[in-house]
Amino acid sequence: MALNMPGRQAMPGKIELPENVVVSRLDELANWCRKNSLWPMPFATACCGIELMATGASKHDLARFGAEVFRFSPRQCDLMIVAGRVVMKMLPVLQRIWQQMHEPKWCISMGACASTGGVFDTYAVVQGIDRFIPVDMYVPGCPPRPEQLIQAIIDLQDKIQREGTITGREFDTSQRQLRKRALVEADQLLTLDAARNPVAQRELSAAAHRT
Amino acid sequence: MPHDPPAIDDVLATVTERFGALESTVFRGQTSLIVPEPQSFEVLSHLKEQGFDLLVDVSCVDYLEYRGAKQRYGLVYLLASTTTNQRITVRVFVDDPEPRVRSVEPLWRAADWLEREVWDLFGIHFAGHPDLRRLVMPEEFTAHPLRKDYPLQGRGERHNFPVITRDHS
Repeated sequence: MALNMPGRQAMPGKIELPENVVVSRLDELANWCRKNSLWPMPFATACCGIELMATGASKHDLARFGAEVFRFSPRQCDLMIVAGRVVMKMLPVLQRIWQQMHEPKWCISMGACASTGGVFDTYAVVQGIDRFIPVDMYVPGCPPRPEQLIQAIIDLQDKIQREGTITGREFDTSQRQLRKRALVEADQLLTLDAARNPVAQRELSAAAHRT
Repeated sequence: MPHDPPAIDDVLATVTERFGALESTVFRGQTSLIVPEPQSFEVLSHLKEQGFDLLVDVSCVDYLEYRGAKQRYGLVYLLASTTTNQRITVRVFVDDPEPRVRSVEPLWRAADWLEREVWDLFGIHFAGHPDLRRLVMPEEFTAHPLRKDYPLQGRGERHNFPVITRDHS
């Protein structure tokens, strides 16, 4: 970024800028606008939602980072914050809401349950939303403190400023990355658990015995 | 301090008079009546006539591999009377391969969703129910997950969704 300082002499061979003119890349300008006006879509399904509300309220004041405008319509949002466990009946709803949001859009997976399923390793709970929708930022904690969520939003702002392009090329790049190792291994988890787990073994043999 | 519910000896006497001696247990003043499956609707209907106008809950227990259990599923009907405060528990046992019992929805409208829940999670068929659909699990779900032979982590249903990537959205 070149700034035309008052009193500075124009160098030979350089373009002289008038006063109050800033030269930058269009991408930088778009990123600067985008990162400072993130409108969150609160997808709050559990106790993380309470911390999400606290983050937006006066004490922690998410407005300081330009992200206080919580909208309950996905068409007005560009940051989805998934706060809480997502059950398999809710996942199609989550995917639909994500698809209704306009580009450019980002997703924060808030808390242990949204990121991994947490302690709810049962038939009904999705073991991490990143298996089925793209996630940009993970917040650990059960539930995370508002400070942690604010840190995630600041980190996301840095990421937008660093990588963002006006055409959204950075999303294509992330698409080309390898699948996360945990997700590649996830398909084998069921059989692995059964082999190691005596309770699961008994269940399986009982089921085989009946059929 | 909670009090024991009022005694229901008078009601039990009318049941015995009409249906013969049924097995029953008493624990801390709470009476359970064990009813054979073919008679369940008639006994419950009779109890409603005797003043049990409130169906508190319909639930089920899977006694798979349970010590001493003769039949696999034990249905639980909790009844109460809003006029006399009397309470009674009715147990009905059914078994594989096709657990089936007559719906009490004609007696208490409250049974509608309660029986749908039991159908959803245990796969007990309630004959005569007007709208026996799943209540809590998704419509396309095929198993009955509270059965003891259903694995805790499921049979992969929770992984069976389309993956939405940045390209799709």
